[in-house]
Amino acid sequence: MTQGLPEPLIYARGLVKRFGNFVAVDGIDLDVAAGEAFGFLGPNGAGKSSTMRMIGCVSPTSGGTLRILGLDPRTQGPQIRARLGVVPQLDTLDLELTVRENLLIYGRYFGLPRSVVRERAEQLLDFVQLADRAEDKVEPLSGGMKRRLTIARSLINEPQVLLLDEPTTGLDPQARHVVWDRLFRLKHQGVTLVLTTHYMDEAEQLCDRLVVMDKGRIAAEGSPRELIEQYSSRDVVELRFPLGENEVAAEKLIGLGDRLEVLPDRVLLYADDGDGCLDEVHARGVTPVSVLVRRSTLEDVFLRLTGRSLVD
Amino acid sequence: MSTLSSLPAMRSYSYWLQVYKRTWRGTVITSVVSPVMYLAAMGVGLGSLVKGGQGTGGLSYLQFVAPGLLAATAMQIGSAEATYPVLGGFKWIRNYHAAAVTPLSPGAILAGHLMWIATRGAMASGIYLAIVAAFGGLRTSLAILALPVCVLVALAFAAPVAAYAATREMDNGFAALQRFGIVPMFLFSGTFFSVTQLPWAIRPIAYITPLWHGVQLTRDLTTGQLESGGAWLVPVHVGYLLALTALGVFLALKYFRSRLTV
Repeated sequence: MTQGLPEPLIYARGLVKRFGNFVAVDGIDLDVAAGEAFGFLGPNGAGKSSTMRMIGCVSPTSGGTLRILGLDPRTQGPQIRARLGVVPQLDTLDLELTVRENLLIYGRYFGLPRSVVRERAEQLLDFVQLADRAEDKVEPLSGGMKRRLTIARSLINEPQVLLLDEPTTGLDPQARHVVWDRLFRLKHQGVTLVLTTHYMDEAEQLCDRLVVMDKGRIAAEGSPRELIEQYSSRDVVELRFPLGENEVAAEKLIGLGDRLEVLPDRVLLYADDGDGCLDEVHARGVTPVSVLVRRSTLEDVFLRLTGRSLVD
Repeated sequence: MSTLSSLPAMRSYSYWLQVYKRTWRGTVITSVVSPVMYLAAMGVGLGSLVKGGQGTGGLSYLQFVAPGLLAATAMQIGSAEATYPVLGGFKWIRNYHAAAVTPLSPGAILAGHLMWIATRGAMASGIYLAIVAAFGGLRTSLAILALPVCVLVALAFAAPVAAYAATREMDNGFAALQRFGIVPMFLFSGTFFSVTQLPWAIRPIAYITPLWHGVQLTRDLTTGQLESGGAWLVPVHVGYLLALTALGVFLALKYFRSRLTV
């Protein structure tokens, strides 16, 4: 698919990151093409942020090959960083400065002329809908506004690649949708987006292609659609039974659908035809307390690939 | 076109300048009020009880104590500006991390901050020097050279303290540094009385404090009379302060790198 293009913007082979004896990233391969929206999904500790930091050239690789924009992060870090935009997981805004000052300072870090930075700052404040707060200090802004300011700031150097580490974690639903909308516009302007998330809806909304990471490795790769087709069924039937009766009910359901999963609070049947499957459930004389037939989501893929045990 | 302001260290410097534009009023007031109070209390008040003599090298007490206070101010600015602001750059405001994802290197981030601290040292010392002059505490126009010496003193403290701060996760070491490092130096490194008044057994401790070297230099310059050791000690003092600055920069660079590129 990337044939004909000169070189992927991000190219990794056998990429490794070690912290002492701990292997955070365990030999992954990546190709991100220009204009793509590429996502890293995975539970906490899967190695997403470590990978992002290596791509952002603020963390030396421990092994393998990594090339960003055709350049070598080991020797050309500053040149690469000059063409990247970074939205870190934790905001690094200066709360004491105003919204506009945060943009001006950041633009100066790139060595851009003052006049250019000023002009871009105004455009970006419009873009992230903060123009009316330009003179306000950052401190009292809402989480969503701060996030938008961080995004505006990351765009001050007109980056070719925008790296977003959990861009909407901690935001309320309205704020998340505003952020998604802005990112969607950037994608349409041709900015390559690389993001990490553990929100499946975020990945489905934004990503053309994504990898699911688990324990430092890539567990699966593809478009959201492909991953659902490959790792889940079209539909999922969720059945709830009175407390403690899940196991008993599940035994009667063996053989239905592609796969059966018993959770503490419900039984899941994965099937390509959810309604048909439900008919068979009833035909076997099983009567759940409540029933939900729904489409498979990335979340089903994610939980299948990375397990349901809690990662702290 | 490459100009001075496009140098990476200057870009990091401009951050501190921008922040300072919000807070300069308070620091200027401190920089004026503090020397006036100290010089009035120590130089004039206490000085009225102190007869200049052998212990002051024949100087009036005001003339004796003013260069001490001058160097001590540079020390305090240098160390204070390298504690909370440096740790805050990593931990609280995280402005170092913000800069680290841009083309700026850890070295440029550090250099910009140290240059800023040097600027603050120069500003505070310049105001101090002018006020000493107004009090009649300067005996020669050579005293103007005390200004670069104060900048050097500020850096000789700022660089090692920044290195220390860069290794910290919490700020609880800073109070100890102040209590067991800065305050004892302020009191015993020749600021208020000559180190030769100290018992001979503890005198070597005073000689290895960087403040003593700074005070000797500022006193040589503002009074126009060299300390009893003679001219050869001047390069020793300057060399000592430069060495300390260099060591501090070396260590700070190491810790900044390891903390910003993990």
